[in-house]
Amino acid sequence: MDVAVFWVLAVLAVVCGVMVFRFDSMARATFSLLASLLCVGGLVVLLGLDYLGIVIVLMMTIEMAIMAVFMVMYMMNPAGLMPMTMIHNKKGAAVVCGLVFALLAAGILLAPWPARRGRAPADPTMELGMSLMGPQMLTMMTLGMALFATIVATVVLATRRGRYDRFGDDLRARRADDPVRGGVGR
Amino acid sequence: MSLELFLLLAAALFSVGLFGALTQQSIVMLMMGLELMLGGVILAAAAAWHYIAPAASEGQVLIVVAVTAMALEMAIGFAVVTALFRSREIDMTDMAAELKE
Repeated sequence: MDVAVFWVLAVLAVVCGVMVFRFDSMARATFSLLASLLCVGGLVVLLGLDYLGIVIVLMMTIEMAIMAVFMVMYMMNPAGLMPMTMIHNKKGAAVVCGLVFALLAAGILLAPWPARRGRAPADPTMELGMSLMGPQMLTMMTLGMALFATIVATVVLATRRGRYDRFGDDLRARRADDPVRGGVGR
Repeated sequence: MSLELFLLLAAALFSVGLFGALTQQSIVMLMMGLELMLGGVILAAAAAWHYIAPAASEGQVLIVVAVTAMALEMAIGFAVVTALFRSREIDMTDMAAELKE
């Protein structure tokens, strides 16, 4: 049963991954990528990491829904009603990717992989939690800081008017130059 | 199933994603290629954990790091696309060449 599930998910993951770059429609490309990454989540569950697999499935579903919105916002032809190509250097990239795959495959098939050591814990999720809250706490803290920095950076990048626009180049204006009055103290 | 099969699948996903990242002119499509590449990395890490060292929790931690990298890449990518589109009304990599300077 596991073998059948593996092959179905594996073939689907690769086919949907290839179709991402073949669809004319941006929306279809997004959902094709979603299907591919859902298969990756399913394969992670198949490997015994239920929690991480479900996290990947949930995260990718939301992420691709947001990506579809951005596609429709910024890109032409979101419905794919007419053929189009937005690619450059297709042949060169195909050669590079073929070489990369060949090198990786050669390494995978020729490397003397070590034998399996140890047994999987009864509850891998508990093991992950204990690790992140214990010996891997520094990793968890770094990830937390990276997420916080990302929140700040995305707001700064995406906002239309920053503090220099509102308070002048030297930030000495007494009142913010906002198109609509309001807010705290005004 | 074996470690090699999972790793070959991960390599295939990585290569397809690399093709997208190298060829796509649209920044959003380029990000989709990066997502596929990270999907391959996640699958390889999960397979390595399962087939080589299931007792070590570091393999799971590596997957958490890769999943977080996916989320950060997308959030920052969309913010950059928004800033680029707002300032120059472009969403293509070729038109953003002045970023090199």
